[in-house]
Amino acid sequence: MRVVLAEDLFLLRDGLVRMLQAYDFEIAAAVESGPELSRALAELEPDVAVVDVRLPPSHTDEGLQCALEARRNRPGLPVLVLSQHVEQLYARELLADGTGGIGYLLKDRVFDAEQFVDAVRRVAAGGTAMDPQVIQQLLSRRSTVDKPLGRLTPRETEVLELMAQGRSNAAIAGQLVVTERAIAKHTSNIFAKLGLEVSDDDNRRVLAVLAYLDRGAH
Amino acid sequence: MEKHSTDVRARAREAAVAGARGLAVAVLGFAGSVALFVLAVVSLVLVPLGVGVVTTPWVLTGVRSFANARRVVAAQWYGIRIPAVYRPVPAGAGPWTRCFGMLGDPATWRDLGWLLFDMTVGFVTALLPGALLLYPLEGFALALGLWRVFTDGTHVGWWYGFVPVSGQSTALLAGALAAGLLAAGYHLSPPLLRLHFRLTRSVLASGQGELAERVRVLTETRRDAVDTSAAELRRIERDLHDGAQARLVAMGMDLGTIEALIDKDPARARELLAQARRSSADALTELRDLVRGIHPPVLAERGLADAIRALALRLPLTSEVDAELAGRADAPVESAAYFAVSEVLTNTVKHSGADRVWVDLHHTDGMLRIAVTDNGRGGARIGAGSGLSGIERRLGTFDGVLAVSSPAGGPTMVTMEIPCALS
Repeated sequence: MRVVLAEDLFLLRDGLVRMLQAYDFEIAAAVESGPELSRALAELEPDVAVVDVRLPPSHTDEGLQCALEARRNRPGLPVLVLSQHVEQLYARELLADGTGGIGYLLKDRVFDAEQFVDAVRRVAAGGTAMDPQVIQQLLSRRSTVDKPLGRLTPRETEVLELMAQGRSNAAIAGQLVVTERAIAKHTSNIFAKLGLEVSDDDNRRVLAVLAYLDRGAH
Repeated sequence: MEKHSTDVRARAREAAVAGARGLAVAVLGFAGSVALFVLAVVSLVLVPLGVGVVTTPWVLTGVRSFANARRVVAAQWYGIRIPAVYRPVPAGAGPWTRCFGMLGDPATWRDLGWLLFDMTVGFVTALLPGALLLYPLEGFALALGLWRVFTDGTHVGWWYGFVPVSGQSTALLAGALAAGLLAAGYHLSPPLLRLHFRLTRSVLASGQGELAERVRVLTETRRDAVDTSAAELRRIERDLHDGAQARLVAMGMDLGTIEALIDKDPARARELLAQARRSSADALTELRDLVRGIHPPVLAERGLADAIRALALRLPLTSEVDAELAGRADAPVESAAYFAVSEVLTNTVKHSGADRVWVDLHHTDGMLRIAVTDNGRGGARIGAGSGLSGIERRLGTFDGVLAVSSPAGGPTMVTMEIPCALS
């Protein structure tokens, strides 16, 4: 799998390259600025891009803008965005085109290599990887005004949280140490309580849940 | 022709708006200035008895908010800037210092003088635009036959202005006068109301020694700004010292222990490794929160409008943000505006009981205007110890002003204005 990596801090870039190589990714390019990233994304056609939000030369959200721009030119291009902070505002912009293949994680998540690599693979396959903090912000904001959310049992809320992060039933079952069938049951309960249409497609399911959680916010 | 009729319509509308605004200013201004002036006089008389020492700052703060509200409408309606130059009252000062600090401020006496002006000349100039539009209605009614109610045509039964109404012919005269007055109102209402605000400015803004006054206020707001930033630095130092720094020390210690244990007791070493990783994650979380408090990352990356949008998205209540800025303000202004809005929203969440909040952010005529409105229970005020006076002080560094409208029962509207240019 070919990866384009954009990160301006040398230590982090180097660490990420080594980690991804250790998990059999091919690094097509590891760049350190916005213009270089745009060029790499246009010319190298990677399977997935791992991009830091803040990049030189402007040190604003240049990485995010480059990624969004590249996705406009090549819809569905898988992009995993990394940042020192996560904002619902950015998550919404990334998810706006509804095509999937989007990841948005805190840089801290690279501490757990297995989970991080799993997220990169998921995004590359067209899935979603949302940072738990984004989901918690969404949940805490929605739960004060949203009645159906209040009707979920604590276990269902837990499952919803993991589902919104983009995990598959199997992964959720693994993390909560229960059977996949139990998770499937929770999932259909959640969808029934929230009035969402059940979908077998994992990615569409995640996007529906995220859209539900983001609803009503301006 | 088309253009002419739209012109007339626009002017008529402008005149009607001026009339309505004038009436509102006249009525509310009269009631407010009389009430506040009486309260101020009573409170000042009570100063020798001691009670006044406590009540005076309270009343004078009310007077200042009242004057600030007028400053805000003057700027919003007619772009007339009335600078507010109050000496800042030190935070946490006792009533004694507060009372005499405020009494020693020439701006206080100017305010009280303005109250007298506002209930007399100010009242009349604000009332005239509305009166010129409403009084003609009576004249027209008289001409159309209302005169019959007052007289049977043999004697003078009613005076319309200087016209004695004694029959249809004099009633028609009254109608003609009414038409004249209406024409005058059509042309004069907006300039009259503008005159009201100009006069208000000449009374309320310091005339002589303005420069000296300005220098003094600048000196004090600068001291405030330095104090605030020094306190901030101390807080940051303490947070780093007790937080991230301590965690890194603990992590280093754990790593040392792991090194010693790795051959002897691998299970224990693995446990400590997990702990070290948790410490590093916690340190990062703390640093992130700290950074957010110093300079929010979204502000650096996207500017004020998006930073406030991101902030609103973190609130546990429904929010609507209407923000349109054509460029970026200077970093210190952006930062001050951001933290002011943040503080206002925190207050809203904590005290108002509101479930909706609206933030409006615009830049016009060299002025950044921010309004935060909620549907809570109201009753917020600028006073000792309230977060709002902190915001006022913070904005003061940039010659910004703050006005609060928060009647009991709500809604609360906090308006902030900071003069600045966008680039």
